[in-house]
Amino acid sequence: MMDKPWSNRAWFFVIPVLVVVLFSSLLPMMTVVNYSVQDTMGQNHFFWNGAAWFQNLLDPTTDIGGRFASALVRNLIFSFVVLMIELPLGIAVAICIPRHGWKVGATLVLIALPLLIPWTVVGTIWEIFARQDIGLLGAALNGIGVHYNDTQDPTSAWATIVMMDVWHWTGMIALLSYAGLKAIPDAFYQAARIDGASRWSVFRNIELPKLQKVLVIAVLLRFMESFMIYTEPSVVTGGGPGEATSFLSLDLVKIALGQVDLGNAAAMSIVYYLITLTICWIFFTIMTQLDQRKGA
Amino acid sequence: MRIQGRSIGISAYLIVLFLPIYWLLNMSFKTNAEITSRLSFWPQHVTFRNYAHIFFDPVWRGGFIHSLSYVCLNTVISVTVALPAAYAFSRYRFIGDKHLFFWLLSNLMAPAAVFAMPFFNLYYSVGLFDTIWAVALAHCLFNVPLAVWILEGFISGIPREIDETASLDGYAFPRFFVKIFLPLIANGIGVAAFFCFMFSWVEQLLASTLTTIHAKPIASVMTQVYSAAGMDWGLLSAAGVLTMIPGAVVIWFVRNHIAKGFALGRV
Repeated sequence: MMDKPWSNRAWFFVIPVLVVVLFSSLLPMMTVVNYSVQDTMGQNHFFWNGAAWFQNLLDPTTDIGGRFASALVRNLIFSFVVLMIELPLGIAVAICIPRHGWKVGATLVLIALPLLIPWTVVGTIWEIFARQDIGLLGAALNGIGVHYNDTQDPTSAWATIVMMDVWHWTGMIALLSYAGLKAIPDAFYQAARIDGASRWSVFRNIELPKLQKVLVIAVLLRFMESFMIYTEPSVVTGGGPGEATSFLSLDLVKIALGQVDLGNAAAMSIVYYLITLTICWIFFTIMTQLDQRKGA
Repeated sequence: MRIQGRSIGISAYLIVLFLPIYWLLNMSFKTNAEITSRLSFWPQHVTFRNYAHIFFDPVWRGGFIHSLSYVCLNTVISVTVALPAAYAFSRYRFIGDKHLFFWLLSNLMAPAAVFAMPFFNLYYSVGLFDTIWAVALAHCLFNVPLAVWILEGFISGIPREIDETASLDGYAFPRFFVKIFLPLIANGIGVAAFFCFMFSWVEQLLASTLTTIHAKPIASVMTQVYSAAGMDWGLLSAAGVLTMIPGAVVIWFVRNHIAKGFALGRV
Protein backbone atom coordinates (compact mmCIF):
# COMPACT_ATOMS: atom_id res chain seq x y z
CA MET A 1 0.00 0.00 0.00
CA MET A 2 2.57 2.51 1.14
CA ASP A 3 5.23 1.84 -1.50
CA LYS A 4 3.07 2.88 -4.43
CA PRO A 5 4.98 5.52 -6.41
CA TRP A 6 3.60 9.03 -6.77
CA SER A 7 2.71 9.91 -10.30
CA ASN A 8 0.18 12.49 -11.31
CA ARG A 9 0.38 11.24 -14.86
CA ALA A 10 -1.82 8.39 -13.61
CA TRP A 11 -4.65 10.89 -14.00
CA PHE A 12 -4.54 10.28 -17.74
CA PHE A 13 -5.65 6.71 -17.11
CA VAL A 14 -8.57 7.94 -15.08
CA ILE A 15 -9.86 10.44 -17.63
CA PRO A 16 -12.15 8.03 -19.55
CA VAL A 17 -13.86 6.97 -16.34
CA LEU A 18 -14.17 10.58 -15.32
CA VAL A 19 -15.85 11.58 -18.59
CA VAL A 20 -18.35 8.73 -18.46
CA VAL A 21 -19.19 9.28 -14.81
CA LEU A 22 -19.48 13.04 -15.24
CA PHE A 23 -22.03 12.47 -17.98
CA SER A 24 -23.98 9.78 -16.21
CA SER A 25 -23.78 11.00 -12.65
CA LEU A 26 -22.70 14.58 -12.05
CA LEU A 27 -24.69 16.18 -14.87
CA PRO A 28 -28.01 14.57 -13.85
CA MET A 29 -27.26 15.34 -10.22
CA MET A 30 -26.89 19.04 -11.07
CA THR A 31 -30.34 18.98 -12.69
CA VAL A 32 -31.74 17.68 -9.44
CA VAL A 33 -29.97 20.36 -7.42
CA ASN A 34 -31.36 22.91 -9.85
CA TYR A 35 -34.94 21.76 -9.39
CA SER A 36 -34.57 21.54 -5.65
CA VAL A 37 -34.08 25.30 -5.22
CA GLN A 38 -36.65 26.47 -7.76
CA ASP A 39 -40.40 26.49 -8.15
CA THR A 40 -42.37 26.61 -11.37
CA MET A 41 -45.57 28.23 -12.57
CA GLY A 42 -45.71 25.86 -15.52
CA GLN A 43 -44.56 26.52 -19.09
CA ASN A 44 -40.93 26.03 -18.14
CA HIS A 45 -40.95 29.20 -16.11
CA PHE A 46 -38.83 28.68 -13.04
CA PHE A 47 -38.05 31.02 -10.17
CA TRP A 48 -35.82 30.89 -7.12
CA ASN A 49 -37.39 29.15 -4.15
CA GLY A 50 -34.48 28.99 -1.71
CA ALA A 51 -34.53 26.18 0.81
CA ALA A 52 -38.33 25.99 1.06
CA TRP A 53 -38.58 22.49 -0.44
CA PHE A 54 -36.02 21.21 2.03
CA GLN A 55 -37.70 22.88 5.01
CA ASN A 56 -40.97 21.25 4.02
CA LEU A 57 -39.38 17.88 3.53
CA LEU A 58 -37.53 17.80 6.83
CA ASP A 59 -40.52 18.97 8.85
CA PRO A 60 -42.56 15.85 9.72
CA THR A 61 -45.72 17.90 10.38
CA THR A 62 -46.14 18.80 6.71
CA ASP A 63 -47.73 16.41 4.26
CA ILE A 64 -44.58 15.61 2.30
CA GLY A 65 -42.39 15.64 5.42
CA GLY A 66 -44.60 13.09 7.15
CA ARG A 67 -44.56 10.88 4.10
CA PHE A 68 -40.78 11.07 3.85
CA ALA A 69 -40.21 10.39 7.53
CA SER A 70 -42.46 7.34 7.60
CA ALA A 71 -40.97 5.95 4.37
CA LEU A 72 -37.49 6.44 5.84
CA VAL A 73 -38.41 4.62 9.05
CA ARG A 74 -40.04 1.79 7.09
CA ASN A 75 -36.97 1.48 4.91
CA LEU A 76 -34.56 1.40 7.86
CA ILE A 77 -36.64 -1.28 9.58
CA PHE A 78 -36.74 -3.28 6.37
CA SER A 79 -32.97 -3.07 5.84
CA PHE A 80 -32.34 -4.07 9.44
CA VAL A 81 -34.72 -7.05 9.31
CA VAL A 82 -33.36 -8.48 6.06
CA LEU A 83 -29.75 -8.07 7.22
CA MET A 84 -30.51 -9.83 10.50
CA ILE A 85 -31.96 -12.80 8.59
CA GLU A 86 -29.66 -12.93 5.58
CA LEU A 87 -26.34 -12.54 7.37
CA PRO A 88 -26.53 -15.60 9.68
CA LEU A 89 -28.34 -17.64 7.04
CA GLY A 90 -25.78 -16.76 4.38
CA ILE A 91 -22.86 -17.70 6.64
CA ALA A 92 -24.57 -20.99 7.55
CA VAL A 93 -25.13 -21.81 3.88
CA ALA A 94 -21.49 -20.95 3.08
CA ILE A 95 -20.29 -23.39 5.75
CA CYS A 96 -22.48 -26.10 4.20
CA ILE A 97 -21.19 -25.60 0.63
CA PRO A 98 -19.08 -28.64 -0.33
CA ARG A 99 -15.33 -28.01 -0.66
CA HIS A 100 -14.28 -30.60 -3.24
CA GLY A 101 -15.41 -32.26 -6.42
CA TRP A 102 -17.92 -31.43 -9.12
CA LYS A 103 -20.55 -30.53 -6.53
CA VAL A 104 -18.78 -27.24 -5.76
CA GLY A 105 -19.37 -25.67 -9.16
CA ALA A 106 -22.92 -26.94 -9.42
CA THR A 107 -23.85 -25.68 -5.94
CA LEU A 108 -22.32 -22.26 -6.56
CA VAL A 109 -24.20 -21.87 -9.84
CA LEU A 110 -27.51 -22.87 -8.24
CA ILE A 111 -27.00 -20.54 -5.28
CA ALA A 112 -26.15 -17.64 -7.58
CA LEU A 113 -29.09 -18.17 -9.92
CA PRO A 114 -31.62 -15.88 -8.17
CA LEU A 115 -29.08 -13.05 -8.37
CA LEU A 116 -29.26 -13.07 -12.17
CA ILE A 117 -33.00 -12.94 -12.52
CA PRO A 118 -34.23 -9.50 -13.60
CA TRP A 119 -35.78 -7.73 -10.64
CA THR A 120 -39.19 -7.38 -12.25
CA VAL A 121 -39.17 -11.12 -12.84
CA VAL A 122 -38.25 -11.72 -9.19
CA GLY A 123 -41.31 -9.65 -8.37
CA THR A 124 -43.43 -11.62 -10.82
CA ILE A 125 -42.23 -14.97 -9.46
CA TRP A 126 -43.23 -13.98 -5.94
CA GLU A 127 -46.42 -12.32 -7.01
CA ILE A 128 -47.52 -15.62 -8.51
CA PHE A 129 -46.01 -17.78 -5.75
CA ALA A 130 -47.73 -15.82 -2.98
CA ARG A 131 -51.26 -15.52 -4.41
CA GLN A 132 -53.86 -17.46 -2.42
CA ASP A 133 -55.72 -18.65 -5.48
CA ILE A 134 -52.98 -19.78 -7.86
CA GLY A 135 -49.76 -19.58 -5.82
CA LEU A 136 -48.14 -22.47 -4.01
CA LEU A 137 -47.13 -20.47 -0.92
CA GLY A 138 -50.37 -18.54 -0.51
CA ALA A 139 -52.54 -21.60 -1.09
CA ALA A 140 -50.45 -23.77 1.25
CA LEU A 141 -50.49 -21.18 4.07
CA ASN A 142 -54.22 -20.66 3.80
CA GLY A 143 -54.66 -24.42 3.53
CA ILE A 144 -53.05 -24.99 6.94
CA GLY A 145 -55.20 -22.25 8.41
CA VAL A 146 -52.86 -19.22 8.43
CA HIS A 147 -54.67 -16.10 7.33
CA TYR A 148 -52.44 -14.85 4.56
CA ASN A 149 -53.23 -12.32 1.85
CA ASP A 150 -50.39 -10.17 0.60
CA THR A 151 -52.53 -7.63 -1.25
CA GLN A 152 -54.94 -6.88 1.63
CA ASP A 153 -53.13 -7.51 4.85
CA PRO A 154 -50.05 -5.39 5.78
CA THR A 155 -48.41 -8.15 7.83
CA SER A 156 -48.65 -10.63 4.96
CA ALA A 157 -47.34 -8.00 2.54
CA TRP A 158 -44.33 -7.34 4.77
CA ALA A 159 -43.70 -11.05 5.25
CA THR A 160 -43.80 -11.58 1.49
CA ILE A 161 -41.38 -8.73 0.76
CA VAL A 162 -38.95 -9.91 3.44
CA MET A 163 -39.13 -13.54 2.27
CA MET A 164 -38.62 -12.42 -1.29
CA ASP A 165 -35.57 -10.41 -0.37
CA VAL A 166 -34.10 -13.28 1.65
CA TRP A 167 -34.73 -15.62 -1.26
CA HIS A 168 -33.19 -13.17 -3.69
CA TRP A 169 -30.05 -12.06 -1.85
CA THR A 170 -28.95 -14.66 0.72
CA GLY A 171 -27.00 -16.29 -2.11
CA MET A 172 -24.77 -13.25 -2.41
CA ILE A 173 -23.80 -13.33 1.28
CA ALA A 174 -23.25 -17.09 1.01
CA LEU A 175 -20.92 -16.64 -1.98
CA LEU A 176 -18.99 -13.86 -0.26
CA SER A 177 -18.60 -15.87 2.93
CA TYR A 178 -17.62 -18.92 0.92
CA ALA A 179 -14.83 -16.91 -0.72
CA GLY A 180 -13.70 -15.82 2.74
CA LEU A 181 -13.80 -19.35 4.17
CA LYS A 182 -11.81 -20.76 1.28
CA ALA A 183 -9.01 -18.30 1.99
CA ILE A 184 -8.43 -19.84 5.46
CA PRO A 185 -5.35 -22.10 5.33
CA ASP A 186 -5.84 -25.75 6.29
CA ALA A 187 -3.21 -25.41 8.99
CA PHE A 188 -5.67 -23.40 11.10
CA TYR A 189 -8.16 -26.25 11.11
CA GLN A 190 -5.45 -28.83 11.85
CA ALA A 191 -4.25 -26.83 14.82
CA ALA A 192 -7.83 -26.62 16.08
CA ARG A 193 -8.23 -30.37 15.70
CA ILE A 194 -5.08 -31.03 17.71
CA ASP A 195 -6.37 -28.74 20.43
CA GLY A 196 -9.65 -30.66 20.38
CA ALA A 197 -11.65 -27.51 19.68
CA SER A 198 -15.41 -27.86 19.27
CA ARG A 199 -17.16 -26.95 16.00
CA TRP A 200 -18.55 -23.82 17.63
CA SER A 201 -15.18 -22.61 18.86
CA VAL A 202 -13.65 -23.25 15.43
CA PHE A 203 -16.36 -21.02 14.02
CA ARG A 204 -16.09 -18.41 16.75
CA ASN A 205 -12.29 -18.18 16.92
CA ILE A 206 -11.10 -19.03 13.43
CA GLU A 207 -13.80 -18.62 10.81
CA LEU A 208 -15.65 -15.56 12.05
CA PRO A 209 -12.54 -13.35 12.51
CA LYS A 210 -11.27 -14.37 9.06
CA LEU A 211 -14.65 -13.55 7.56
CA GLN A 212 -14.67 -10.04 9.01
CA LYS A 213 -13.48 -8.36 5.85
CA VAL A 214 -15.88 -10.01 3.41
CA LEU A 215 -18.72 -9.54 5.87
CA VAL A 216 -18.13 -5.79 5.90
CA ILE A 217 -18.43 -5.82 2.10
CA ALA A 218 -21.53 -8.01 2.37
CA VAL A 219 -23.21 -5.71 4.88
CA LEU A 220 -22.33 -2.67 2.78
CA LEU A 221 -23.73 -4.13 -0.44
CA ARG A 222 -26.81 -5.59 1.22
CA PHE A 223 -27.61 -2.48 3.19
CA MET A 224 -27.34 -0.24 0.16
CA GLU A 225 -29.32 -2.53 -2.08
CA SER A 226 -32.13 -2.93 0.45
CA PHE A 227 -32.08 0.79 1.18
CA MET A 228 -32.85 1.57 -2.45
CA ILE A 229 -35.18 -1.35 -3.12
CA TYR A 230 -37.76 -0.45 -5.73
CA THR A 231 -38.58 -2.94 -8.45
CA GLU A 232 -39.52 -6.04 -6.49
CA PRO A 233 -42.05 -4.48 -4.07
CA SER A 234 -43.43 -2.29 -6.84
CA VAL A 235 -44.39 -5.45 -8.73
CA VAL A 236 -45.59 -7.50 -5.77
CA THR A 237 -47.42 -4.98 -3.59
CA GLY A 238 -47.05 -1.64 -5.41
CA GLY A 239 -46.21 -0.09 -2.03
CA GLY A 240 -49.48 -1.22 -0.51
CA PRO A 241 -51.75 -2.20 1.02
CA GLY A 242 -52.22 1.50 1.72
CA GLU A 243 -48.70 2.76 2.42
CA ALA A 244 -47.55 -0.33 4.30
CA THR A 245 -44.65 -1.29 2.03
CA SER A 246 -44.03 2.09 0.42
CA PHE A 247 -40.24 2.40 0.76
CA LEU A 248 -38.19 5.49 -0.08
CA SER A 249 -37.59 4.70 -3.75
CA LEU A 250 -41.20 3.78 -4.37
CA ASP A 251 -42.36 7.01 -2.81
CA LEU A 252 -39.79 9.04 -4.72
CA VAL A 253 -40.74 7.55 -8.08
CA LYS A 254 -44.42 8.20 -7.30
CA ILE A 255 -43.67 11.86 -6.60
CA ALA A 256 -41.16 12.40 -9.43
CA LEU A 257 -42.60 10.43 -12.34
CA GLY A 258 -46.20 9.94 -11.19
CA GLN A 259 -47.12 13.38 -9.87
CA VAL A 260 -44.24 15.25 -11.63
CA ASP A 261 -43.84 17.27 -8.46
CA LEU A 262 -40.33 18.41 -9.37
CA GLY A 263 -39.43 20.54 -6.34
CA ASN A 264 -40.45 17.99 -3.73
CA ALA A 265 -38.98 15.12 -5.71
CA ALA A 266 -35.66 16.91 -6.17
CA ALA A 267 -35.35 17.87 -2.51
CA MET A 268 -36.22 14.32 -1.52
CA SER A 269 -33.67 12.92 -4.00
CA ILE A 270 -30.90 15.01 -2.53
CA VAL A 271 -31.67 14.19 1.09
CA TYR A 272 -32.03 10.50 0.17
CA TYR A 273 -28.72 10.59 -1.71
CA LEU A 274 -26.94 12.33 1.16
CA ILE A 275 -28.17 9.68 3.61
CA THR A 276 -26.82 6.85 1.43
CA LEU A 277 -23.60 8.78 0.90
CA THR A 278 -23.05 9.22 4.65
CA ILE A 279 -23.68 5.56 5.42
CA CYS A 280 -21.51 4.53 2.49
CA TRP A 281 -18.68 6.73 3.77
CA ILE A 282 -18.83 5.14 7.22
CA PHE A 283 -18.55 1.65 5.70
CA PHE A 284 -15.77 2.78 3.37
CA THR A 285 -13.75 4.15 6.28
CA ILE A 286 -14.15 0.90 8.20
CA MET A 287 -13.10 -1.04 5.12
CA THR A 288 -9.96 0.93 4.36
CA GLN A 289 -8.95 0.71 8.00
CA LEU A 290 -9.34 -3.06 7.92
CA ASP A 291 -7.24 -3.08 4.75
CA GLN A 292 -4.48 -1.12 6.43
CA ARG A 293 -4.49 -3.22 9.57
CA LYS A 294 -4.12 -6.30 7.41
CA GLY A 295 -1.26 -4.70 5.47
CA ALA A 296 0.59 -3.76 8.67
CA MET B 1 -21.35 -37.33 10.43
CA ARG B 2 -20.62 -33.62 10.14
CA ILE B 3 -20.23 -33.89 6.38
CA GLN B 4 -23.67 -35.47 6.22
CA GLY B 5 -25.22 -32.68 8.24
CA ARG B 6 -23.72 -30.22 5.79
CA SER B 7 -25.13 -31.91 2.72
CA ILE B 8 -28.57 -32.04 4.33
CA GLY B 9 -28.30 -28.33 5.12
CA ILE B 10 -27.30 -27.33 1.62
CA SER B 11 -29.89 -29.60 0.03
CA ALA B 12 -32.65 -28.13 2.18
CA TYR B 13 -31.59 -24.62 1.23
CA LEU B 14 -31.51 -25.43 -2.47
CA ILE B 15 -34.93 -27.08 -2.36
CA VAL B 16 -36.51 -24.03 -0.72
CA LEU B 17 -34.64 -21.83 -3.20
CA PHE B 18 -36.13 -23.69 -6.13
CA LEU B 19 -39.74 -23.87 -4.93
CA PRO B 20 -40.75 -20.52 -6.46
CA ILE B 21 -38.83 -21.29 -9.65
CA TYR B 22 -40.45 -24.72 -9.91
CA TRP B 23 -43.85 -23.08 -9.51
CA LEU B 24 -43.06 -20.61 -12.30
CA LEU B 25 -41.99 -23.45 -14.61
CA ASN B 26 -45.12 -25.37 -13.70
CA MET B 27 -47.31 -22.38 -14.59
CA SER B 28 -45.51 -21.71 -17.84
CA PHE B 29 -46.59 -25.08 -19.28
CA LYS B 30 -50.25 -24.68 -18.30
CA THR B 31 -53.09 -23.01 -20.14
CA ASN B 32 -54.72 -20.05 -18.42
CA ALA B 33 -57.93 -22.01 -18.05
CA GLU B 34 -56.05 -24.63 -16.07
CA ILE B 35 -54.14 -22.10 -13.98
CA THR B 36 -57.26 -20.33 -12.77
CA SER B 37 -59.45 -23.39 -12.38
CA ARG B 38 -57.41 -25.52 -9.98
CA LEU B 39 -54.10 -25.96 -8.26
CA SER B 40 -51.92 -28.84 -9.38
CA PHE B 41 -48.29 -29.75 -8.84
CA TRP B 42 -47.65 -30.41 -12.50
CA PRO B 43 -49.47 -29.44 -15.70
CA GLN B 44 -52.33 -31.77 -16.55
CA HIS B 45 -52.22 -30.81 -20.22
CA VAL B 46 -48.72 -29.68 -21.13
CA THR B 47 -48.87 -26.77 -23.56
CA PHE B 48 -46.10 -24.92 -25.38
CA ARG B 49 -48.49 -22.19 -26.51
CA ASN B 50 -47.00 -19.65 -24.10
CA TYR B 51 -43.45 -20.17 -25.35
CA ALA B 52 -44.55 -20.25 -28.98
CA HIS B 53 -46.34 -16.94 -28.51
CA ILE B 54 -43.14 -15.30 -27.23
CA PHE B 55 -40.97 -16.70 -30.01
CA PHE B 56 -43.29 -15.64 -32.82
CA ASP B 57 -44.46 -12.26 -31.55
CA PRO B 58 -42.06 -9.49 -32.75
CA VAL B 59 -42.79 -7.34 -29.67
CA TRP B 60 -41.68 -10.07 -27.27
CA ARG B 61 -38.70 -11.02 -29.39
CA GLY B 62 -37.79 -7.35 -29.67
CA GLY B 63 -37.90 -7.03 -25.91
CA PHE B 64 -35.31 -9.77 -25.49
CA ILE B 65 -33.12 -8.39 -28.26
CA HIS B 66 -33.19 -4.82 -26.88
CA SER B 67 -32.38 -5.99 -23.38
CA LEU B 68 -29.48 -8.15 -24.51
CA SER B 69 -28.09 -5.41 -26.78
CA TYR B 70 -27.96 -2.67 -24.18
CA VAL B 71 -26.55 -5.13 -21.63
CA CYS B 72 -23.71 -6.15 -23.97
CA LEU B 73 -23.05 -2.57 -25.04
CA ASN B 74 -22.89 -1.47 -21.43
CA THR B 75 -20.55 -4.33 -20.50
CA VAL B 76 -18.12 -3.42 -23.26
CA ILE B 77 -18.12 0.29 -22.42
CA SER B 78 -17.78 -0.26 -18.68
CA VAL B 79 -14.90 -2.73 -18.82
CA THR B 80 -12.97 -0.80 -21.50
CA VAL B 81 -13.21 2.47 -19.63
CA ALA B 82 -12.53 0.93 -16.25
CA LEU B 83 -9.36 -1.00 -17.17
CA PRO B 84 -6.88 1.91 -17.34
CA ALA B 85 -8.43 3.58 -14.32
CA ALA B 86 -8.20 0.40 -12.26
CA TYR B 87 -4.54 0.11 -13.28
CA ALA B 88 -3.88 3.67 -12.17
CA PHE B 89 -5.59 3.19 -8.80
CA SER B 90 -3.76 -0.06 -8.21
CA ARG B 91 -0.26 1.06 -9.20
CA TYR B 92 0.10 4.75 -8.44
CA ARG B 93 -0.71 7.36 -5.87
CA PHE B 94 -1.83 10.69 -7.26
CA ILE B 95 -3.51 13.88 -6.14
CA GLY B 96 -7.03 13.14 -5.01
CA ASP B 97 -6.86 9.39 -5.64
CA LYS B 98 -8.65 8.39 -2.45
CA HIS B 99 -11.40 10.98 -2.88
CA LEU B 100 -11.93 9.96 -6.47
CA PHE B 101 -12.12 6.31 -5.52
CA PHE B 102 -14.72 7.03 -2.86
CA TRP B 103 -16.70 9.25 -5.21
CA LEU B 104 -16.81 6.40 -7.74
CA LEU B 105 -17.91 4.01 -5.03
CA SER B 106 -20.64 6.40 -3.96
CA ASN B 107 -22.14 6.21 -7.45
CA LEU B 108 -22.40 2.47 -7.05
CA MET B 109 -24.57 3.16 -4.03
CA ALA B 110 -26.72 5.89 -5.57
CA PRO B 111 -30.41 4.96 -5.62
CA ALA B 112 -31.55 4.56 -9.22
CA ALA B 113 -34.82 6.25 -8.29
CA VAL B 114 -32.89 9.47 -7.63
CA PHE B 115 -31.57 9.43 -11.17
CA ALA B 116 -34.72 8.37 -13.01
CA MET B 117 -36.10 11.88 -13.51
CA PRO B 118 -32.84 13.70 -14.42
CA PHE B 119 -31.81 10.88 -16.77
CA PHE B 120 -35.13 11.21 -18.53
CA ASN B 121 -34.52 14.96 -19.05
CA LEU B 122 -30.87 14.51 -19.99
CA TYR B 123 -31.30 11.79 -22.60
CA TYR B 124 -34.39 13.46 -23.98
CA SER B 125 -32.48 16.69 -24.57
CA VAL B 126 -29.50 15.02 -26.27
CA GLY B 127 -31.77 12.93 -28.49
CA LEU B 128 -30.78 9.54 -27.10
CA PHE B 129 -34.13 8.85 -25.45
CA ASP B 130 -35.65 5.51 -26.46
CA THR B 131 -32.41 4.07 -27.84
CA ILE B 132 -30.33 1.24 -26.43
CA TRP B 133 -27.53 3.82 -25.99
CA ALA B 134 -29.53 5.69 -23.38
CA VAL B 135 -29.90 2.60 -21.22
CA ALA B 136 -26.33 1.41 -21.84
CA LEU B 137 -24.94 4.81 -20.77
CA ALA B 138 -27.32 5.15 -17.85
CA HIS B 139 -26.21 1.80 -16.47
CA CYS B 140 -22.61 3.06 -16.55
CA LEU B 141 -23.64 5.01 -13.45
CA PHE B 142 -23.11 1.95 -11.29
CA ASN B 143 -21.30 -0.47 -13.62
CA VAL B 144 -18.22 1.67 -14.30
CA PRO B 145 -17.45 2.12 -10.58
CA LEU B 146 -18.16 -1.56 -10.00
CA ALA B 147 -15.79 -2.59 -12.80
CA VAL B 148 -13.07 -0.24 -11.50
CA TRP B 149 -13.44 -1.70 -8.03
CA ILE B 150 -13.34 -5.35 -9.09
CA LEU B 151 -10.47 -4.85 -11.54
CA GLU B 152 -8.48 -2.86 -8.99
CA GLY B 153 -8.75 -5.81 -6.62
CA PHE B 154 -7.57 -8.28 -9.23
CA ILE B 155 -4.76 -6.03 -10.55
CA SER B 156 -3.41 -5.50 -7.04
CA GLY B 157 -2.97 -9.26 -6.85
CA ILE B 158 -0.40 -9.10 -9.70
CA PRO B 159 3.07 -8.20 -8.39
CA ARG B 160 4.44 -4.89 -9.65
CA GLU B 161 7.78 -6.54 -10.45
CA ILE B 162 6.15 -7.81 -13.64
CA ASP B 163 5.53 -4.26 -14.84
CA GLU B 164 9.10 -3.30 -14.03
CA THR B 165 10.66 -6.36 -15.65
CA ALA B 166 8.68 -5.79 -18.83
CA SER B 167 9.82 -2.20 -18.96
CA LEU B 168 13.47 -3.28 -18.49
CA ASP B 169 13.01 -5.79 -21.29
CA GLY B 170 12.16 -2.90 -23.55
CA TYR B 171 8.42 -3.25 -23.82
CA ALA B 172 6.69 0.05 -24.48
CA PHE B 173 3.77 0.59 -22.13
CA PRO B 174 0.88 0.06 -24.58
CA ARG B 175 2.45 -3.12 -25.90
CA PHE B 176 3.14 -4.37 -22.38
CA PHE B 177 -0.43 -3.60 -21.33
CA VAL B 178 -2.04 -5.48 -24.20
CA LYS B 179 0.43 -8.33 -24.70
CA ILE B 180 1.42 -9.17 -21.14
CA PHE B 181 -0.85 -7.49 -18.66
CA LEU B 182 -4.29 -8.19 -20.10
CA PRO B 183 -3.73 -11.95 -20.34
CA LEU B 184 -2.55 -11.94 -16.71
CA ILE B 185 -5.78 -10.41 -15.45
CA ALA B 186 -8.03 -12.30 -17.86
CA ASN B 187 -9.93 -13.81 -14.91
CA GLY B 188 -10.51 -10.40 -13.44
CA ILE B 189 -11.79 -9.06 -16.75
CA GLY B 190 -14.13 -12.03 -17.04
CA VAL B 191 -15.47 -11.49 -13.56
CA ALA B 192 -15.87 -7.73 -14.07
CA ALA B 193 -17.70 -8.35 -17.36
CA PHE B 194 -19.92 -10.87 -15.62
CA PHE B 195 -20.90 -8.39 -12.94
CA CYS B 196 -21.58 -5.61 -15.44
CA PHE B 197 -23.72 -8.03 -17.40
CA MET B 198 -25.53 -9.08 -14.27
CA PHE B 199 -26.34 -5.63 -12.91
CA SER B 200 -27.35 -4.25 -16.29
CA TRP B 201 -29.53 -7.30 -16.95
CA VAL B 202 -31.38 -7.17 -13.63
CA GLU B 203 -31.86 -3.39 -13.44
CA GLN B 204 -35.29 -2.38 -14.66
CA LEU B 205 -36.26 1.01 -13.27
CA LEU B 206 -33.90 3.06 -15.45
CA ALA B 207 -34.27 0.73 -18.42
CA SER B 208 -38.02 1.14 -18.55
CA THR B 209 -37.97 4.86 -17.72
CA LEU B 210 -35.62 5.67 -20.62
CA THR B 211 -37.43 3.75 -23.34
CA THR B 212 -40.87 3.75 -24.90
CA ILE B 213 -41.10 1.82 -28.18
CA HIS B 214 -37.91 1.33 -30.13
CA ALA B 215 -35.70 0.04 -27.34
CA LYS B 216 -38.29 -1.38 -24.98
CA PRO B 217 -36.65 -3.91 -22.61
CA ILE B 218 -38.21 -7.25 -21.82
CA ALA B 219 -39.37 -5.99 -18.42
CA SER B 220 -41.59 -3.33 -19.99
CA VAL B 221 -43.06 -5.87 -22.37
CA MET B 222 -43.87 -8.04 -19.39
CA THR B 223 -45.74 -5.28 -17.59
CA GLN B 224 -48.04 -4.92 -20.57
CA VAL B 225 -49.40 -8.39 -20.00
CA TYR B 226 -51.18 -6.82 -17.01
CA SER B 227 -53.20 -4.30 -18.94
CA ALA B 228 -54.43 -6.81 -21.51
CA ALA B 229 -57.84 -8.35 -20.97
CA GLY B 230 -57.41 -10.27 -17.72
CA MET B 231 -54.08 -11.62 -16.53
CA ASP B 232 -52.21 -13.92 -18.88
CA TRP B 233 -50.41 -15.82 -16.13
CA GLY B 234 -49.13 -18.56 -18.42
CA LEU B 235 -47.49 -16.10 -20.80
CA LEU B 236 -46.01 -14.09 -17.93
CA SER B 237 -44.51 -17.25 -16.41
CA ALA B 238 -43.05 -18.39 -19.71
CA ALA B 239 -41.41 -14.98 -20.21
CA GLY B 240 -40.07 -15.16 -16.67
CA VAL B 241 -38.53 -18.57 -17.30
CA LEU B 242 -36.88 -17.34 -20.49
CA THR B 243 -35.29 -14.33 -18.73
CA MET B 244 -33.45 -16.71 -16.39
CA ILE B 245 -31.57 -18.39 -19.22
CA PRO B 246 -28.98 -15.69 -20.11
CA GLY B 247 -28.08 -15.38 -16.43
CA ALA B 248 -27.69 -19.12 -15.98
CA VAL B 249 -25.44 -19.29 -19.06
CA VAL B 250 -23.08 -16.53 -17.96
CA ILE B 251 -22.80 -17.88 -14.41
CA TRP B 252 -21.71 -21.21 -15.80
CA PHE B 253 -18.73 -19.54 -17.48
CA VAL B 254 -17.47 -17.80 -14.36
CA ARG B 255 -18.46 -20.45 -11.81
CA ASN B 256 -14.90 -20.97 -10.60
CA HIS B 257 -14.27 -17.27 -10.01
CA ILE B 258 -17.70 -16.12 -8.96
CA ALA B 259 -17.06 -16.33 -5.22
CA LYS B 260 -13.91 -14.24 -5.48
CA GLY B 261 -15.76 -11.82 -7.75
CA PHE B 262 -18.48 -11.25 -5.18
CA ALA B 263 -15.79 -10.32 -2.72
CA LEU B 264 -14.80 -7.73 -5.38
CA GLY B 265 -11.45 -9.43 -5.91
CA ARG B 266 -10.53 -8.69 -2.30
CA VAL B 267 -10.04 -12.08 -0.69
